[in-house]
Amino acid sequence: MSGKFVVGYDGSVSARRALEFAVDRARAQNGTIVLTHVLEWSPYSFLTPTELEERHKRRKEELTRAEEAIMTTVVAELKDAGMTVETEIRYGNTPEILGRVAKEHNAVQIIIGRDGQSAIGARVFGSVAGALVQTAPVPCTIVP
Amino acid sequence: MNRNVFSAALAAAGLALTSVPAFAQEQAASLDDKVNQIFANSTGWFVSLIFSNFPGTTFPWIVAWLVIGATVFTLYFGFIQFRAVGHAISLVKGDYSDPNDAGEVSHFQALATALSGTVGLGNIAGVAVAIGIGGPGATFWMILAALMGMASKFTECTLGVKYRNEYPDGRVSGGPMYYLSKGFAERGLPGGKILAVLFSIFCILGALGGGNMFQANQAHQQISGVVGDYPGWITGIVFAAIVFAVIVGGIKSIARVTEKVVPFMGVLYVGTALLIIMMNYHLVGWAIGQIFAGAFTGLGVAGGMVGALIQGFKRAAFSNEAGVGSAAIAHSAVKTKEPITEGLVSLLEPFIDTVVVCTMTALVIIITQQLVMDPETGRYLLNEAGTAVKTVGDTSGVGLTSAAFGSKISWFPYILALAVVLFAFSTMITWSYYGLKAWTYLFGEGETKELVFKVIFCIFVVIGAAAQLGPVIDFSDAAIFAMAVVNIIGLYFLMPIVKRELNSYMSRLKSGEIKKFE
Repeated sequence: MSGKFVVGYDGSVSARRALEFAVDRARAQNGTIVLTHVLEWSPYSFLTPTELEERHKRRKEELTRAEEAIMTTVVAELKDAGMTVETEIRYGNTPEILGRVAKEHNAVQIIIGRDGQSAIGARVFGSVAGALVQTAPVPCTIVP
Repeated sequence: MNRNVFSAALAAAGLALTSVPAFAQEQAASLDDKVNQIFANSTGWFVSLIFSNFPGTTFPWIVAWLVIGATVFTLYFGFIQFRAVGHAISLVKGDYSDPNDAGEVSHFQALATALSGTVGLGNIAGVAVAIGIGGPGATFWMILAALMGMASKFTECTLGVKYRNEYPDGRVSGGPMYYLSKGFAERGLPGGKILAVLFSIFCILGALGGGNMFQANQAHQQISGVVGDYPGWITGIVFAAIVFAVIVGGIKSIARVTEKVVPFMGVLYVGTALLIIMMNYHLVGWAIGQIFAGAFTGLGVAGGMVGALIQGFKRAAFSNEAGVGSAAIAHSAVKTKEPITEGLVSLLEPFIDTVVVCTMTALVIIITQQLVMDPETGRYLLNEAGTAVKTVGDTSGVGLTSAAFGSKISWFPYILALAVVLFAFSTMITWSYYGLKAWTYLFGEGETKELVFKVIFCIFVVIGAAAQLGPVIDFSDAAIFAMAVVNIIGLYFLMPIVKRELNSYMSRLKSGEIKKFE
């Protein structure tokens, strides 16, 4: 049986590096890439009434934009390279969603890049990599 | 009425543009007076109609109307506000929300937005008005009215979601005007359309009154209390410009900052009130005694027990808007398959707004002993006009609350001034939306039509800041209560629909068909 590799992908250079790393591993064992893009979202944020009215519409637009701007080209690229790819675009907290996707797909590994923020930055704003390592249900690889 | 008011506002706007620093304060003050007089004259008939008493009594029929409505809903739904609180909290936490719906409007967000429209000056200034006139006893009636009002809110918000509009482009909106017209049509009843139109008219007036002028007025009173007296129209122009930037200019950043700071201010306000109460813990028992004694005897306030009761009921309704129908507009956008869930969530609103926040204000005013009492009789003394309780610094409205907090924490009035301005602003933004929805129901959607309303809204900010508290508060109350007249008639006819939804939901919840996620 071939394993699935969940890759956190947002189109950035570091995410790209993570994806390349994951492709090498997946190819070696004939595995699948689960390309996952998370739109940061909290159900406890505050919105104005106008934002409430337009939320459903904006969500559709955001999903389409994420699909078109971030996923489509890279998925085509991977397919051309002979990889099997699945995609997930979800709303929520990035580490939490990556963990959930890994569980749902029975993935063998989660692979993400990192943006190399300073220690103080990570303390103030929190770090996806840090939170993921603490909570992930499967082994994680953080690609520098 | 409008032409007079508009010309006054235009004059105010014109003066602001041409004003020079040497502009005499005296002239400015007389302009404020003029605006006040025109406003009072043109709205008086409406106010006296809404607040007319039952023949031969001093009891306004509108207060009875609201309380009877709340009682009927409480009994009809079997004390839903007490039965379902646990489930309501569970819904707000998101226990029953499908994770795949992430990114849609959550129960929490709908509740928070509706709350930002209600938590505000009603809780700070409105309570002070109630206690200033009705004495501590008003607090008791205010809490009672809020507990009953939870059932009214439940009914209207369930209907708001059930009969909302989902537009092809993905926008979702609703409110009483839609449930009145669609709900009546569904039940085969006549008159739904007429009620919807009436509601929309009153909602526009309410948006301009309680949702706008009262806010601008009290924000000005608070700012001038801190920096010294200056003409109200200056505050009005500044506020109007910022509101204009948000609702016409679409500058989301201002609204977003406010939406984030306002909840923080709310917590800070309640926290400080608790601190003052704890600092004077030995007076808590006495204060509660005053509330109960005042509730049934009046303790010498104008109008006695009935005066306390009327003030309490009026301020509760004005603060949490239960039965008014406004919140149903904000709650309508939530993502849920079950309208009843949003109704249950919404019943927390009067509780948080009135039972928690308003009571804090009341306790602080009573405990800091701002009301002057005759030490011999234990009864409160009246001011010279005999209309309200005499206060230590001759303050009323937000000034009274400010003095109460300031007597224990000297710098808190500055924080309070900031909080009042922010609360006023967020309430204005929310009500501008309510008013706009009513406006588009009457006149249809379209950029120009919507712009007309938004400009009118901004003009009323200036009028509200310039006019005196009396006429402004009368008009604000009258307009908001007029909404409740129409809305509650509708709720009586539509409540069987809510009951059906409730029974079906509760039985499915019990059978386990509706489950928590994860």
